[in-house]
Amino acid sequence: MTTGKTGAPHDRVDGRAKVTGQARYAGEFTAPDLVHGFVVTSAIARGKIVRIDAAEALALPGVLQVYTHENAPRLAWRDRSWRDMVAPGGSPLRPLHDAEVQFSGQPIALVVAESFELAREAAGLVKVDYEAAPHETRLAEVEAEAHEPARGKKGYTPPPKPRGRADEALAAAPVRVEATYEHPPLHHNPMEPHATTVIVEADGSLTIHDKTQGVTNSRDYVCKVFGLASDQVRVVTPFVGGGFGSGLRPQYQLFLAVLAARELRRSVRVVLSRQQMFTIGYRPWTRQRVALGAERDGRLRALIHEAVGNTSRFEDYCENVVPWSGVLYECPNTRLEYGVAALDLYTPIDARAPGAVTGLWALESAIDELADALDIDPLALRLKNYAEEDQDHRRPFSSKALRDCYREGAARFGWHRRSLAARSMREGALQIGWAMATGIWEAQQAPSQAKALLTADCRLHVASASGEIGPGTYTIMSQIAAEQLGLPLAAVRFELGDTALPPAMIQGGSATASSVGSAVLAVCRALQHSLLKLAQTMPDSPFGGRALEDVEFVDRSLRLCSGVAPAVPIAAIMRHAGLGSIAEQTTAIPDLARQSRYTSNAHSAVFVEVAVDEALGTVTVRRVVSAVAGGRILNPKTARSQILGGVVWGIGMALEEHSMLDHGLGRFVNHNLGEYHVPVHADVPAIDVVFVEERDDVVNPLGVKGLGEIGIVGVAAAIANAVFHATGRRIRELPITLDKLL
Amino acid sequence: MLPGMGDDTCAITLKVNGSTLRLQVAPWTTLLDLLRERLGLTGSKKGCDHGQCGACTVLVDGVRINSCLSLAVMRDGASVTTIEGLAEGDALHPLQQSFIEHDAFQCGYCTPGQLCSAVGLIAEGHAHSEDDIRELMSGNLCRCGAYPNIVAAIGQAMRPRRDA
Repeated sequence: MTTGKTGAPHDRVDGRAKVTGQARYAGEFTAPDLVHGFVVTSAIARGKIVRIDAAEALALPGVLQVYTHENAPRLAWRDRSWRDMVAPGGSPLRPLHDAEVQFSGQPIALVVAESFELAREAAGLVKVDYEAAPHETRLAEVEAEAHEPARGKKGYTPPPKPRGRADEALAAAPVRVEATYEHPPLHHNPMEPHATTVIVEADGSLTIHDKTQGVTNSRDYVCKVFGLASDQVRVVTPFVGGGFGSGLRPQYQLFLAVLAARELRRSVRVVLSRQQMFTIGYRPWTRQRVALGAERDGRLRALIHEAVGNTSRFEDYCENVVPWSGVLYECPNTRLEYGVAALDLYTPIDARAPGAVTGLWALESAIDELADALDIDPLALRLKNYAEEDQDHRRPFSSKALRDCYREGAARFGWHRRSLAARSMREGALQIGWAMATGIWEAQQAPSQAKALLTADCRLHVASASGEIGPGTYTIMSQIAAEQLGLPLAAVRFELGDTALPPAMIQGGSATASSVGSAVLAVCRALQHSLLKLAQTMPDSPFGGRALEDVEFVDRSLRLCSGVAPAVPIAAIMRHAGLGSIAEQTTAIPDLARQSRYTSNAHSAVFVEVAVDEALGTVTVRRVVSAVAGGRILNPKTARSQILGGVVWGIGMALEEHSMLDHGLGRFVNHNLGEYHVPVHADVPAIDVVFVEERDDVVNPLGVKGLGEIGIVGVAAAIANAVFHATGRRIRELPITLDKLL
Repeated sequence: MLPGMGDDTCAITLKVNGSTLRLQVAPWTTLLDLLRERLGLTGSKKGCDHGQCGACTVLVDGVRINSCLSLAVMRDGASVTTIEGLAEGDALHPLQQSFIEHDAFQCGYCTPGQLCSAVGLIAEGHAHSEDDIRELMSGNLCRCGAYPNIVAAIGQAMRPRRDA
């Protein structure tokens, strides 16, 4: 059996569990005393509950309790106790806290019964009277009141200060484009609904299976809100059925399930219905204005990008929408502004490539508009304004192979065969459009820990409280560990998703490979170090005076890189030392002193072909090439899948997805998968993914940049640009549905 | 009487993954909830409970159905195959193997439904091209966007293996 390696297209190590139905998700754990909770949500968008009558529900045999603000226990009272690791500034939702209703779909009661069907039936019998207050759910009505977001959200950076004099430069530019771009709220809709199963253990402690992208975040939240010690709560989530950001913050079913379990002293499961999946966070509704001024040869002289996204009235959700515009292109005069405006909706939450998806949809549409105005090839225009350094922070890029993305993507797509003018390519009744856009995402690393146990039979167990929402965490971590110790992949077991393990960063922002991967690398290096030390004590050891750089681990053995001495099996080293196992635990901390001297981003160039039926207005994406510079690729097979997923999300955003509000009711009305359209098999064409070579020894010890986000960024703009190229119609409001083209 | 189910339960017989079961079920219990909650077969997933996502797809008498849209009592006497019944012992079904090789899943939540649906699709015999597979698999949503790999995996499983 060969050594597991990074860079090899290994099948997923959890593949068998996933194709046989053995992978267990949060709502699938059980206990003999399990009872079921069903959530009752508010029917109004703003106001007060004046009466809540659960008598009829409670009269059904088998209904155990109905929790409302009237009988829920008083819990933590400080906002900071309710604020999770990634909460934005403001006052987080406190379910069942008081009679106030802050958004339609707010949880206002939990019915607990002996069976799921009974809990659901009883939930329909809870009668609620409201005193409604006027609500506002239209972004245009509050846009003028946009404000700088309150501080507190991790990862949010206010836009950089203006450079030069953008407004004057724009006025003076020979060629100008200026437009407003908009997309609606978009719900993540992972296939697995949010769910929590709380098991009450014999000693009263709680084992919680929660759909979360961070078990530590859920554990800490429960401890703070309910006043519990961390050893009374263990969160265990080995598999997550898709997150995309929706599991970054604890969702309300976690709170409700824990509340009921503590009150009833019974194990409780609460699963949200698909309809209720539209009462949790979403990608915020955002309107953006982009103005570009250029010389006639295409050189940018002015760039203005202003964005307003919606938030709730009680928290200031915010994201990095505009900073990318200051980094991607060279331009002497830029002004970037961002604000948030409150609506009577629940707080948005990060959704796949939060901010970048939004900002690049506008920026990359505007660049295409400028290319059209200049009569220049859109790819040539981007190359003309290629940024060689980060002008906003006046520092170099740690690596930037975007030019290679442009070149390889264009070659694979056949870009040179494109005709420049809009409406110039046809196939019978179909108008054909070819276009492209750029993607960008920040490469990040956060502190994470891992532990490892190597046994004398050369089996390695590595663990970190990370997550597996679908990227292939089990697989790439196993590959990293196997490679470091020269073991076959099958000899490594990686464990995650358990607060009993060393803490890891929350699974988001494409930073798991860099953060948890670096921790796995570090703990394996610690094992290497121990093994080398032990090997040096063996008689006639060839390793005397040698450092780790001089040796390598291959085929379960330690040997000199020079190959001048025979390899020594790991088993023999441990046998000589009389050890049955070696354990290590390590924290990997980002080298901020070094990293902060550079800007580190992943990039992509996405090329698409669309066909538009001129009579019907239907748009079909016929092929996509996505060329990605994402640093080192640990597993080309799972890496490609991540990019495929991002592109599919981009197709949905461009053409289908739209959380529709009824402003009279103040609520999302297409709250199901029949009416909220996500791409299906028939909507997705062949997608060609290319990873260009990119070396980066600054970004983290592995040289990876993360791939969960970059695949989606730019896709919506590329499709909108292709629709323009096909039809001559510039659609600036997503999704591009047929009514907008007729 | 089973807790919380009222007095009116019905006796049914189901063959599930080859085992014949005599069950007392409430009329409001769906086949999906019976499988997941009563029989512990959580491989069949609940994504929407409205027949809109396909995650609950199982085979009933060899035909793919959304088990969330079927009450258990409607299936008295039927033979049900779930994801747990596709492999023969340790030997994976060719589609399961093909899904692994093509990385035809990410989070894995839609996967049992995709697989059962693909078994049904192949049995129906109407898919003769990748476009046919795309069209006829469109009732099974995958939010991770593994579609191109799922189509490739099904395509491979449909072709007779040269080495077989």
